[in-house]
Amino acid sequence: MSATTESLAHAGHANGHDHHGPAKGIRRWLTTTNHKDIGTMYLVFSLIMFLIGGGMAMVIRAELFVPGMQLVDPGFFNTMTTVHALIMVFGAVMPATVGLGNWMIPLQIGAPDMALPRMNNFSFWLLVAAFSLLILSLFMPGGGPASGWTLYPPLVLQTGDALPLAIFAIHLAGASSIMGAINIIVTIMNMRAPGMTLLAMPMFVWTWLITAYLLIAVMPVFAGAVTMLLTDHFFGSTFFSAAGGGDPVLYQHIFWFFGHPEVYIMILPAFGIVSEIIPTFARKKLFGYDSMVYATASIAFLSFIVWAHHMFTVGMPLAGEMFFMLATMLIAVPTGVKIFNWTATMWKGSISFEPPMLFALAFLFLFTIGGFSGLMMSIVPVDFQYHDTYFIVAHFHYVLVPGAVFAIMGAVYYWLPKWTGHMYDMRLAKLHFWLSAIFVNVLFFPQHFLGLAGMPRRIPDYATQFADWNMVSSVGGFGFGLSQLLFVYLIWRCVRGGEKASAVVWDGARSHGLEWTVPSPAPYHTFDEPPAVRGGEMHS
Amino acid sequence: MKSPKRALAGGVALLLAAAPAYAAWNLNLRVGVTPLSRDIYNLHMIVLWVCVAIAVAVFAVMIYSVATFRHSKGSTPAKFDHSTTAEVIWTIIPVLILVFMAIPAARTLVAIEDSSGSELTIKVTGYQWKWQYDYVEHGVSFFSTLARRHDSARQVGSGVDPRTIDNYLLEVDNPLVVPQGVKVRVLVTAADVIHAWWVPDFGMKKDAIPGFINEMWFTAEKAGIYRGQCAELCGRDHGFMPVVVEVKPRPEFDAWLAARKTTE
Repeated sequence: MSATTESLAHAGHANGHDHHGPAKGIRRWLTTTNHKDIGTMYLVFSLIMFLIGGGMAMVIRAELFVPGMQLVDPGFFNTMTTVHALIMVFGAVMPATVGLGNWMIPLQIGAPDMALPRMNNFSFWLLVAAFSLLILSLFMPGGGPASGWTLYPPLVLQTGDALPLAIFAIHLAGASSIMGAINIIVTIMNMRAPGMTLLAMPMFVWTWLITAYLLIAVMPVFAGAVTMLLTDHFFGSTFFSAAGGGDPVLYQHIFWFFGHPEVYIMILPAFGIVSEIIPTFARKKLFGYDSMVYATASIAFLSFIVWAHHMFTVGMPLAGEMFFMLATMLIAVPTGVKIFNWTATMWKGSISFEPPMLFALAFLFLFTIGGFSGLMMSIVPVDFQYHDTYFIVAHFHYVLVPGAVFAIMGAVYYWLPKWTGHMYDMRLAKLHFWLSAIFVNVLFFPQHFLGLAGMPRRIPDYATQFADWNMVSSVGGFGFGLSQLLFVYLIWRCVRGGEKASAVVWDGARSHGLEWTVPSPAPYHTFDEPPAVRGGEMHS
Repeated sequence: MKSPKRALAGGVALLLAAAPAYAAWNLNLRVGVTPLSRDIYNLHMIVLWVCVAIAVAVFAVMIYSVATFRHSKGSTPAKFDHSTTAEVIWTIIPVLILVFMAIPAARTLVAIEDSSGSELTIKVTGYQWKWQYDYVEHGVSFFSTLARRHDSARQVGSGVDPRTIDNYLLEVDNPLVVPQGVKVRVLVTAADVIHAWWVPDFGMKKDAIPGFINEMWFTAEKAGIYRGQCAELCGRDHGFMPVVVEVKPRPEFDAWLAARKTTE
């Protein structure tokens, strides 16, 4: 990291943009208010969490490698599935997109920094506190949280001393997300360069703007739900207990009113990233920019009225099941529009296959597969069979891993030369891509079959009829996990040095956004003077 | 982009070839033995084939674009960046496809939610980690727990190979017994945390929620033994509370019920 620091500072001096360089040593990172530093910290944090959460996934796949219990206690297995999910959702995917937003939004809209830099620093360090608590909860008497990441009562109330730690971790992570979201909205609304109208913004900025509104709308709902768990457990309230007039299903409604928009909080920035990458490497403008914006907004709106499709088996009235089925099916329409627009962007383009494009293309194919299984699950009668089986595990991993995570990796490969000033090892990056793309399918595709054959999710041991596909899936899991070490190594090497990157970096990036007008690495301070933007020109 | 798929197919083929003799490479949903499970299976196949058809069309265009419009082949980028006609078409066609899928789905859903005219009511109560079955009209009640041999085999370090045990983890001491060809209404509830009662061959699962009673029904048309599991995470031994249902012809069921009544 120190090499980047120096090169950033030098580049800053060389360009005369640097009023005061970064502080030295650890104080720089503790007290920084610079969006690039904070973006870097978010990204590094997310990578560490990705490895920790991934380690837990390895424990899960190792236990499931063959039938019978070989390695862990069933209770610890439940802790692994629970904390793996919490870490991947709140610690890996979300901070990664916040980190990308921090780095790229000011650069893409021509702003000198985020609007609220001190709050920006606070948001990041709150996240560190949150995950310290969550990881600490693993070592509490009674074991870590083991009720699934959805924390359904009454089961979650059987958690030992880990319960308050996990809940406070969620509170802190939620506060961090809300602050981050406020910062992003204020920045986008107030600090765009003159001439950059809303409908001239890059798609990544647009998707983040919509995501930030989703975050502000639903994180407080989640905080409320877990606070009610806390009072039910410690202060004798009975929000979720029928014995006192409450209802355990009420929790599920509140949780999923948060949980469904949360799904889009993770995927909308990924949509934005793909909308940046494909035009660059197809050397053609994004097809249907306006309809992309409207489709994103429609998906965000629909995300608020489909929550009960996560809980079709709780015993809803027929009218409720019918409504949530039809509303859920509707999501296929704007999502389809996006897929078709990306395809049309490539149509009659001039495509080259650098690592970011490879990841974007894999996203296009594999996210679509996750979309199909999602459509299948919207059909309530069939969902009665799919629900809580490995079919759903396959579905959400398809949209989250080759979906959100591949988009994030694509973004890292896209902007890494801009951040570090160095090109990375293209051959190694392509190897990382192919290993990831192959193993992710070996890992998750068989899980469709397991679910259809009747294997429930969240079980540490299974009937022998499920043995074969589980072994295949585990082999894919180990392969995918190991391949990610290449990613870490590649980033580390690129930070330390490498072939000098030009300002434009990618042959096709010319005219695809303001970030390509500043030198690589981007100086510590950029756009002290707002750049001139002619309307409608900058979006890709 | 064909390559990851090709590689996947190759990898899977390799593993298939190396598969041990006990292989059970199930790929699809079971048809099941109730009218509802058949309807659900048919619905599943309709939706699956619609998805496959769309996938073939969409992926074909993507693969064609990637193969044809290559920078390395000297392709020059076109200038167009929108087409209202195309966008209207690919908004309307998906809507029509959705309507086509929604109609049979709604019809099946209405049938699923109609539990009228049942001849036998069974109350199922979930506990950590067993099931209780009450034949409400007959005063018969018993617990159903993972068979002891299976329970000892599944302990860490038991030294027992699961493959040597028939129906590993899917065997209980007292199975639920129901008559063949009779509409059975199931009332589902729980005593501690949420569970879910599920037999894949009956096509249905329903959450068992403490303090509330859910309802579902099935008519098993074929005699036999059907196995399922708890389908909602319910704590440490969630994976070890199977559901086993024995469907007997009516006379045999009546005899079983009479014998059971005398022992109670």
